[in-house]
Amino acid sequence: MSTDSYKTIMDQKADIMRASVGIDYEKYTTGPLSFDYEAMLNDTGYDLDAIRDIQSRSAVGDTPLVELKNLTELVRTVSDPGKGARLFVKDEAANPSGSFKDRRASLSAFEAKKKGYPGIAAATSGNYGAAVASQAAKAGLGCIIVQEAFDSQGIAQPEIAEKTRACEAYGAEVARLSVGPELFYYFLIVLEETGYFNASLYTPYSILGIETLGYELAVQVNEREGRFPDLVIATHAGGGNVTGTARGLIKAGAADTLMVAASVDLSGLHMASDRDFNRKSFTTGHTGFSVPFSTWPDRTDVPRNAARSLRYMDRFVTVTQGEVFYMTEALAAIEGMERGPAGNTSLAAAFAIARELDREQIIVVQETEYTGAGKHPLGQLNLAKQMGIDVRRGDPRENRPGKAIVIPEHPSQITPVEMDLDRLRRSYLRKALDSLPEGETVTETDIAFLAAEIKTGETYVREAIESHERTKR
Amino acid sequence: MERAVKNTWVEIGAVILEKDQRAPNLPDDTKQVPLEMRVKGFLLHDAEIGAEAEIITPSGRTVRGTLTGINPEYTHMFGRPIPELSPIAGEIRAILRERRNAS
Repeated sequence: MSTDSYKTIMDQKADIMRASVGIDYEKYTTGPLSFDYEAMLNDTGYDLDAIRDIQSRSAVGDTPLVELKNLTELVRTVSDPGKGARLFVKDEAANPSGSFKDRRASLSAFEAKKKGYPGIAAATSGNYGAAVASQAAKAGLGCIIVQEAFDSQGIAQPEIAEKTRACEAYGAEVARLSVGPELFYYFLIVLEETGYFNASLYTPYSILGIETLGYELAVQVNEREGRFPDLVIATHAGGGNVTGTARGLIKAGAADTLMVAASVDLSGLHMASDRDFNRKSFTTGHTGFSVPFSTWPDRTDVPRNAARSLRYMDRFVTVTQGEVFYMTEALAAIEGMERGPAGNTSLAAAFAIARELDREQIIVVQETEYTGAGKHPLGQLNLAKQMGIDVRRGDPRENRPGKAIVIPEHPSQITPVEMDLDRLRRSYLRKALDSLPEGETVTETDIAFLAAEIKTGETYVREAIESHERTKR
Repeated sequence: MERAVKNTWVEIGAVILEKDQRAPNLPDDTKQVPLEMRVKGFLLHDAEIGAEAEIITPSGRTVRGTLTGINPEYTHMFGRPIPELSPIAGEIRAILRERRNAS
């Protein structure tokens, strides 16, 4: 492979993407910074009913909502009197490939089939690969999954190794790469060579597919309890889970339900580092994705990311690796549900947030995921020990990503850390304003767009623009 | 040298980008190593481990590389129980038992 071919392929990125997604993103541009987000989603032609119908035909969705009565009782042992909200979980592990990612993949597979693509491809190391492979199998489409899978020593991340196996079980080709962002380059080669549909995690199809999750859980809670949940919490990485779920809640009429995002704190570990790769113990749902994707969603493989989490987040918390492993054990031990662990990130956060809320209030943890060899606390912690990470019981505040995984000694120690949403919003605005093309000025349309992007008023945006201009001068 | 016959399920590897061809702005440790790829498929001809080989993948692509594995094993596993996790189930059940006995 020559250097020239790297540049040649990267130069063709826009054309390859347009052909492989079939969306003309340009036409949604409304200003130097703004674009018509809702039109981009609406133009797919799929409304909520159509999507529910498509998903039901491939056994996706309609997953059980489980009340976690024992975990709620455990919350109340560490809560003030009158506190300790009811915890529910949407058992998304019941989807065909074992996670909510089937919802994201289903519409892409349907669209690819409808438009006559010979197959679908995705660049993903996680559950999404298995979901795409599973949906492709059902639709009779070819499938290629490109994974970042092993470090320069050839050591595979156990969770990703399990995904390799699952994808191969569904009959997909799995191209496994060593660590580095140039995975995208290889993905472009694959798309160009095969003419496959790009089942990107960030197209409108992917996000619309998740709306059914938020919608279903709102309807399920309402049917059972006569009202909507007070708070829904989603594990947050690229932003799709938060975006799609929140949109579905709104479509169900649960507009007052608070949307909380939760990520595993992996601060200090570099996402493109060969050394750090196998010291993460979590391959998704962590701050290495959620922070950059919240503050600049368009950093992805499509020109306009349909996952725009700051539009929907009311609160964003982080938990430690040790806390998630602890909650994974708890879920199995007292609820009889062996799930996760990465999908239990939001559960760990929900456990602590339930302590702040009144007993009558309802929290829904909106996903579980299947578990198995490699994709399990044992596989992850055995690797962590092998990599020299200190695994011990203690105060989770002593957890240090890549150095120490501290498993709580008591449920009262689980304490999420608040992410400063204001800081994230300002970071988003800074990046947006820095991207303003030379000679262009911010329009009124842009200001309205930016306010919607970060869920603030226009005054907030105007003040940020003024401050940005002052700094430039 | 281990040899695989045509039509065997194998893994091949290839360097996709040499060190000096990699993207700018990589962390120093990643800069020091090439970008490698491994993929599995059915061997199109007899070949030895370490030799050039061509495969057809499950999606029907023909890919060329170095033969790295013959019917390669899935090696990910649960491994030993983790002593730091083993007591948790008992601890949590005891907390609930205590609460239920008290009420």
